[in-house]
This record gives sequence, structure tokens and C-alpha cells, in this order.
Amino acid sequence: MATYHLTVNGQRKEVKVDPSTPLLWVLREELKMTGTKYGCGISVCGACTVHLDGVATRSCVVPISLLGNRRIVTIEGIGSDPVGRVVQEAWVEKDVVQCGYCQSGQIMSACALLKANPKPTDANIEESMGGNLCRCAAYVRIRQAIEDASKRLA
Amino acid sequence: MKHTIRELGTIDRRNFLRVSAAAAGGLMVSLYLDLPTSAQEGGQAPPAKIYPPDAFIHIRPDGKIVIQVNRVEVGQGTHTALPMILADEMDADWSQVIAELAPAADVYKDPLIGVQWVGGSTAIANSFPQYRELGARARSMLVQTAADRWRVKPEQCRTASSIVYGPGNRSVRYSDLANEAARRPIPDKVALKNPSEFKLIGKPVRRLDGRAKCDGSHKFAIDLDLPGMLIALVARPPVFSGKVRSFDDKEARAVPGVRDVFEYPLVKGSAVAVVADKFWIAKQARDRLKVDWDLDGIEHADSSRLFAQYKELAKTPGGVALKRGDETAIDRIPESQRIVAEFEFPYLAHAPMEPLSLAVRFDGDRAEAWVPAQLPTWEQMATAEVLGLATEQVKFNVLFAGGSFGRRGLVDSHLVREAAAIAKRVRGRPVKLIFTREDDMRSGYYRPMFVHRVEVGIGSDGAPLAWRHVVVGQSFVKGTGVAMEAMLVKNGVDHLAVEGSSDSPYAIPNVDLTAHHPTLNVPVLSHRSVGYGHNSFVRETLIEELADRAKTDPIGYRLKLLNKDAYKFRAVLTLLNEKASWRTRLPAGHAVGYACSEYNNTACACAAELSIVNGRPKIHRVTVTVHCGLAVNPLTVESQFQGGIGFGLTQVMPRGAITLKEGRVEQGNFDRCTPPYIADAPADIDVHVVPSTEPPTGVGEAPVPIIAPAVVNALYHLTGKRYRSLPLIEL
Repeated sequence: MATYHLTVNGQRKEVKVDPSTPLLWVLREELKMTGTKYGCGISVCGACTVHLDGVATRSCVVPISLLGNRRIVTIEGIGSDPVGRVVQEAWVEKDVVQCGYCQSGQIMSACALLKANPKPTDANIEESMGGNLCRCAAYVRIRQAIEDASKRLA
Repeated sequence: MKHTIRELGTIDRRNFLRVSAAAAGGLMVSLYLDLPTSAQEGGQAPPAKIYPPDAFIHIRPDGKIVIQVNRVEVGQGTHTALPMILADEMDADWSQVIAELAPAADVYKDPLIGVQWVGGSTAIANSFPQYRELGARARSMLVQTAADRWRVKPEQCRTASSIVYGPGNRSVRYSDLANEAARRPIPDKVALKNPSEFKLIGKPVRRLDGRAKCDGSHKFAIDLDLPGMLIALVARPPVFSGKVRSFDDKEARAVPGVRDVFEYPLVKGSAVAVVADKFWIAKQARDRLKVDWDLDGIEHADSSRLFAQYKELAKTPGGVALKRGDETAIDRIPESQRIVAEFEFPYLAHAPMEPLSLAVRFDGDRAEAWVPAQLPTWEQMATAEVLGLATEQVKFNVLFAGGSFGRRGLVDSHLVREAAAIAKRVRGRPVKLIFTREDDMRSGYYRPMFVHRVEVGIGSDGAPLAWRHVVVGQSFVKGTGVAMEAMLVKNGVDHLAVEGSSDSPYAIPNVDLTAHHPTLNVPVLSHRSVGYGHNSFVRETLIEELADRAKTDPIGYRLKLLNKDAYKFRAVLTLLNEKASWRTRLPAGHAVGYACSEYNNTACACAAELSIVNGRPKIHRVTVTVHCGLAVNPLTVESQFQGGIGFGLTQVMPRGAITLKEGRVEQGNFDRCTPPYIADAPADIDVHVVPSTEPPTGVGEAPVPIIAPAVVNALYHLTGKRYRSLPLIEL
């Protein structure tokens, strides 16, 4: 067990966990922020995507001991970001979700994409969203919501 | 809150409603329909019932209207559509409607089936009249109350947006009437709206759970957090039905935060549970566990071996599913006019995004369960059975599921049986059983493997004259002893294994359809679209081959071949012909393929345009048409079809399958069992609904079977090959 200090959505947090504990489980079980989802545990499904210093990262494979002082933004905090808010609104407007389990990760990936590239092409979307699995296959509306958010951000 | 319940004994039992009102000043009306269960229909004594006071509608003092939904939400959208139906008839203010998942209770049983469940795309079809009547009765009682208060006739009043309006500009809110309304007699008969009066039904309405699923606040079963809750992870046998011979838990117990390690029984075989304070602790402990598995004398199923055995079996007739005309007609058709085709379908995992997760707390004389259950009625009973309790001693909460696709619609209730066995040992604290992705993917309950062998004899007009068809694959119903077995299994043939072939919409004069159901220890289960997933593939690839052979347009060929009564198929194919007009102007290197299918009275068809990019089919666009009666929420119908097409694509993905090697599942995660990602799915899927005023039918399963045959039908035009083995490992 070791003590770690984190900055999550702008707030300082302290946790005491085993150094091998992935950030995902620190968020979910220590900080009770369950919006970030467990899907695969091996960084292939994207359900656990958070931003570390603004970079979309799979939190299921980041041990807390390697996190350093990078700032963490999760789905619970992305709405305070102007791009994040627009993306969430586009997601609601386009009625994207079905079961909804993967959508936190989808939205976090889409936000990272649109922050880096406000006018993504189809190929950009496929590349940036290419690691986020949706078993309901809501992909048509995910594309539409990203295009919609891109227009709103223009 | 204290409630008084007044029973109204004068109404026919079948139409019986009860009312409860908050006694101490609360404004609350609760209405629920008391329906006969199948047991009562059979003349047996009715089971003990515990009715929640606010069974379906709760009008809160703040004007919010809370509607109980008797179907678990797995993504299919009933959590929005059922409240829409009720709110429309009630003239409730939609912006004030809150939907809640109803717990297990008799009152929430499917009014037609007598079991609380989700399955077979039946929720809207079976509960449409139920939710309409509930809304209409509530409205009628509210109007009566206002009319009495104003000393006018109810006919002089109208309702809109949770307000009753009367003569002389009078108006009153539902929330101000609710308490009085709840004490009124329930109207025996109520008039339902004329469809032209619908304000919500038939209109595109966004999901009630949409926003919470976009901001991280929505709670799924795996997110459940209860005071004192422990987490259980399980070491499962590496071969199905294996059991624990012994285990060494010294290192596992040394992990700080581990509470207990113990063996418990599975439905077949046994496993070792690790119970700890947190997931990561449990995971580390489980990884340190050393289990000596007893795998002696148990079957080690192997996909390659099974396919070889199934193919041999398919050369002999099985139990009769359908005989029509002359079963020997095929033998008199010259070989040049015959197609002999063998099809392979692998095991498929449901792999919902949320790994399986559920919780149970056992307190000796009572228990509580939190389960994203497709079959609350059965699962409540199974939980009680394992814990040695009466059913009503188990409070059974239904939670949101992060997908299911049939995985949670269990015939043997294994999930609650396992969770209850673990909770029984732990006692006094809730235990959440979590499957890792690997646990989930290797736990079985797959869509069974199938082999189909078909001989088609072609008549001089190019139409199929004779069809001999043998289906080989496990049944997940036969031999289980469940009530539905008698309904589904005839002549030893499980209807769910041959649907799509036995009820083919095509007029083929001579048909000989039989099936074999080998018994294996691999647990199998219903999988979104059930039998149609493979049967429609067989049917639609062969029909398109016949159309190609006859040099006829595949849509026209199908239309000509349809049975006279297949009017929904006729409608979707006719509409497809109109909407897929792009099919006549394809770019070079592109091809189009078609398919149609059905599910529980919903018919659909599609045209898929694709080319080959990097040796894989790249699907550019899919046009889909659907006939589902009245489309209650067209926005959901569209999303179910867009998503269902994507889900169905799993069948053709090179790593879409589950394979067994000497008893062991070869895949464990999405790296080796890989469903379609965004780049694999069509960028454009346009969905067109046939306008209809017929009763609504379901849309969850129907879309899944059409994409795979449409893809391979198109591929034929690019490669010249017919693809009959799924997944498509190479072109």
C-alpha cells in the first residue's frame, strides 16, 4: 500500500492503494467515480478512456504508481470543458446511446479528437475512434454526433 | 411512507385494478393491473403476491410522473418506449416523466407470457395494450375527479400536458388531483385514443436515459456500490464442467484485503471464489490461486472435430421440422439443376460491453439481489432456491445492463445461482460478483455452432422446386425441462434452431427440413436473432444464388417467389427497390448484395454496397427497410436497425468467432475475438419504415441476420466465390 495524490477534474484527491492498481480501479472504487468503465482490462476496447494531461489514455493499463502528477479528466469532469460540453450535447441531440456502457469512453476519445482537430475527416474519425468498441454498434450516430459537434465548434 | 390499499371487489378479476394513495398528505396515485398468471389460468392456486404500492404510475407532488418499466433496459430502448405509450394515453407532460426499472413482482409479468422477462423482441408487442390501458385509466380517473370537483360532466373536460381543463377556463394539475383520484373506483372500461390523437406514439422521441449515459452518472450493475459490499472474482474450470480437485490459497489469502477463498458449485462442475474488499485485490489474489482441476472423463469439445462430425451427421436426415409436398422430388431433378451447399457457423460470444456483474446479500431469513436480469421471475426463484428461502423472501432489484444480446436471458439462471452461492457463504454483507472480460468470454453460453446442408432442385422457371435441408447444432432448450420446452421442441426438433427455414416466406412446393441436436457440455444460449442468424444466412445466400443463376434482379426474384400471405416481406422488398435506387449506378469495383429476414412478425430487407479494400469487404452503405407495424418510437427503430446491422457484422469479422481447442476456449478478450469497430461498420445506414397502423412488433432481433448474407452476396460479384463458412477468414 502506498499513498498517492491525484488531480482529478481539477480537484486534489488522496488515495491509499497497492502501487499496481490501475487508474481505472482507483477512479471507480477509491474515488467512487464509476463513469469510467471497465471493458477489457488490456486497452483494446476504450471503455476506460480518460484524459491525462489532455491525452486520451486507457486507464485500465495505467498503474497508479506510473501516473506521476499528470492531470486526470474523466467523463464526470469533461462537461466543464467547452469542447466536452458540446460533444456531450451532440451525443444527446443525436440520441447516440443504446446500452450506453461504452459511451463515456467514446465521448472522451471524441473530445480528444476535436480538441486536436476541430474539423476531422472520416478517416480522422475512424483513426481516433478506432479503438473504442461499441457492441450495440451505434457507430453511425457516433460519426454523426462528432460531425455535429465539429459544426457547433466551428 | 404509509400507504392504504383499497381493493375494488366488483370488477371482473381479469380487469382488476387496485389503487393506493399516500395516507399522510402525500399526493400519489398508483394503479396496477392484476393479471392472471399462467398458473392461475391452469386452475392452480395463485402464488403469493407482494404488490409494491406504486406499481406502475406515481404522480409526485412536484408534478413528476414516475412510470415503472417491467422490462430490463439492455440498450433496446423500452425504457423510453413503454413510458411513451403510457404517457401518451395519460396525456402526461413528457418533460416530467421519469422511468424506473421495476423489481421482480407478479404485477410486472408479461401480460401474455405470465413471466417477467425480456426476450424475443416482445416487449413493445406484448405490452403496448397494457401500457396504453394503464395510461388511459389513470387519465380517466383524473378527469372524473376534476369533473366532480367542478360539478361538470367528464365529457366537458379535456387533458393536455398533465392538466385537466374544464368549462369556463378552469384547469387543475394532475398532481393536485392525484390524491383524490386514487380513491376513486377504477373504470372497468376506458376508451383509448384514436391513433390520430397520439402525441408521442409514432413520433421520434429521444431516450430518457440518454443524458445520464453521456455524463457518467448512469449506473449499471457493475457500478453498484452498497455499504459493506465485497467483491467476488472466480477461478473457473478451464474446460466446461470441470471441477476443483484441490486448491492452494496460501498466496491468495496473503494479499491484503482478501476476506475468503472457497469452492462453490457451478451448474456443472465447480469453481473457486475469491472474496475481497476491492476488485483489484480480488484480481491479484485470484491470479495467485493454484487450483488443481479435475478434468478426467469430461468432454473436451473441439471446434474442428465438431465441424467434421456435424458435417457427417448433416448427410443423414434428422428429426422432422417440416415436410411439404413430395420429399423425394429432389432426387428426380437432374444434377445440373441442383445446388448442394454446406454451411458452417461457429460459436459466437455475446460479449456485452459490460462484463457480467451482479450482487446478492444473504441475511439468513431474507435476501436481496441486484441483477441486470432478463428473466427476473425465474432468477428470483433460483436465488431463493439456492439460499433455501421462499421466493418472496428475496427482494429482487432489476438493474440496467450494459448490453446483453441474450447473454442475460438464462435458461438455467446460472448467474444468480453462482452469486447466491457466494453470498450464502459470506452472509450479512452484499457481494458483487464481477466477471473479468476473460471470465465473461470463456464462460460459455454461446450461440451454438451449426452446420447446414442443403440440396436445392431448380425448376425450369429458375425457381426452387425442391429443398432438402438438414440442420445440425446444439439446442439450448431441449432437455432442460423448462416450461417453454414443450412449446418449442416438436419431433425432437428445437424450433429455435430451424426458425428462418421452417417459416421461410418463399413458396417452395417440396420441402424436407430436418434437424439433429447433438448433446455437448458446452453451455449454449439464445443470441440476438436466435435461429434466424444462421437460417436466414443459408436461405438468403441460396435464394440470391438462384436469382443470379436465373440472371434476374434479386429483389424482383424474391418478390416473385414470396408466399401470398408474406405481405410484410412484400412491403419491405418493394420499399427497398424504391429506396436503394443507387444500386443501378455503382462505381467500378463496387457490388451490391441483398437479404431479407424476419423476427416475430417484423420483416426487414437490406441492400449493401461494398468493395474490397486490403483484402476485406469495405461496406460503403446499407439501405434497410422494415415493417414493424406501428413504429412506436421511430428514432429507436432506426438506432436498433443501424446497431443491429453492426452487431450482425460480427459474423463475418475474421476474428468474430469463438473456437474450442481440446476443450479450451481459444479466445479470452477482444484482441482475439474481435467484433466490428467503427472502421469495420458501414458509415451510412439509412433505415426506412413501412408506414403502418398495425399493432407494433419488435425491432431488437430482426436486423441482425440480414447483413452477413447481403455482404457475401455482394462479394460473389467481386470474387466469383460463394461464401458458406463464417466467419470470413479470407476472401
